[in-house]
Amino acid sequence: MFFPISNTHISPIYLAVVGFLIGILGGFFGVGGSFLAGPALRLMGVDWNYAVGTDLAHIVGKSIVAARQHRTLGNVDLKLGLIMALGTIGGAEAGAQLIQALKRAGNVNMVVSVVAIIVYSSIALFMLWESGKTLRSAKGRLQRGLLKGAQSKKDHSAFGPVTQMIQRMKIWPMVSLPTSGIREISLWIILLVAFVGGFFGGFLGGGAGYIRMPSMVYVLGIPTHLAVGTDLFEIVISASYGTLTHAIKGNVDILIALVMHTGAVIGAQIGVVATQYFAGPKIRLAFVPLPLIGAAIVIYTLMTGHKL
Amino acid sequence: MKKEAAKSLRAFVIELAIYSVLVIIYFLLVLHLLGEWLFHLETQHRVTYAVVALLLIAGQAIALDAVTTLLFRFLRGRSR
Repeated sequence: MFFPISNTHISPIYLAVVGFLIGILGGFFGVGGSFLAGPALRLMGVDWNYAVGTDLAHIVGKSIVAARQHRTLGNVDLKLGLIMALGTIGGAEAGAQLIQALKRAGNVNMVVSVVAIIVYSSIALFMLWESGKTLRSAKGRLQRGLLKGAQSKKDHSAFGPVTQMIQRMKIWPMVSLPTSGIREISLWIILLVAFVGGFFGGFLGGGAGYIRMPSMVYVLGIPTHLAVGTDLFEIVISASYGTLTHAIKGNVDILIALVMHTGAVIGAQIGVVATQYFAGPKIRLAFVPLPLIGAAIVIYTLMTGHKL
Repeated sequence: MKKEAAKSLRAFVIELAIYSVLVIIYFLLVLHLLGEWLFHLETQHRVTYAVVALLLIAGQAIALDAVTTLLFRFLRGRSR
């Protein structure tokens, strides 16, 4: 099938299958999946700028489906999502500005690559340690079996004491998040978490769900299922903003995004339903390979000089 | 339990088959018709293209989500 906007020939079946796989990941983990979609489009000869912009458009569609499904399961905190969207957009702009500054200094590739490897590996190692420890603990053992419905959403984390300490910080204004079960937390902490996620998204590319989802669990204390659903809702807003700006710059082939999205719809629904059968620590443990794949792609790029 | 899982799997496979047929019709009709128009919009009116692109992906998401949900409900209802 010929896509005139990006001037490429790609099989629609290939696009639908890629969309399907990314849809499952998105629905289950609450991530955009750009670390897979970008390279998958590049493999078919799509220029890098189109791969980034088109992927963002596809993420909007996939996240709408997944967020709607999560909402019907009670996994979306709208208030938290809207607050986080503000911080994410601000952070994304700051990250993009830093990229421009590094471009002028002439060492953007090396700095971004090293930061990406450190950040991705640290997240994976930390989540491996925490989820492993939680599953080994007495409370974790209770969560090991296949659980359905609300029972599966009861969360426990080995990092819990630190999270409670963060929640106790009284930095005005304080907001309550009843949907997430948080009585009071500083607005600035939520904005900071979103800003950091957005910053890494703007700096390293993609939606940075692999940073935001874990930080919502560990820093804000949001139950894993709600973090996944709320992150997807937040991604709808921030990826829409990204799609608009990229489309105006001529980086979006919406026809490719529409075809990819047909597969993502089914994948996202499977991913969302699957979260109902796993407790929080298991979802976090299964999340570990995602940032590691991201780190492996960056290492490959550094070693071979080929950008996937 | 096994019987129920087999029923769900069968409903899902039927859903996937019907969905695939619908998607192929969609590829042939809608994208073929929209392709040229979107290409010209992208080269000549970027801002309009950006807004239309966002509306299209959001609209498709809502429409396909409704189609798959309906299909699944219909098939689940019939298999009971």
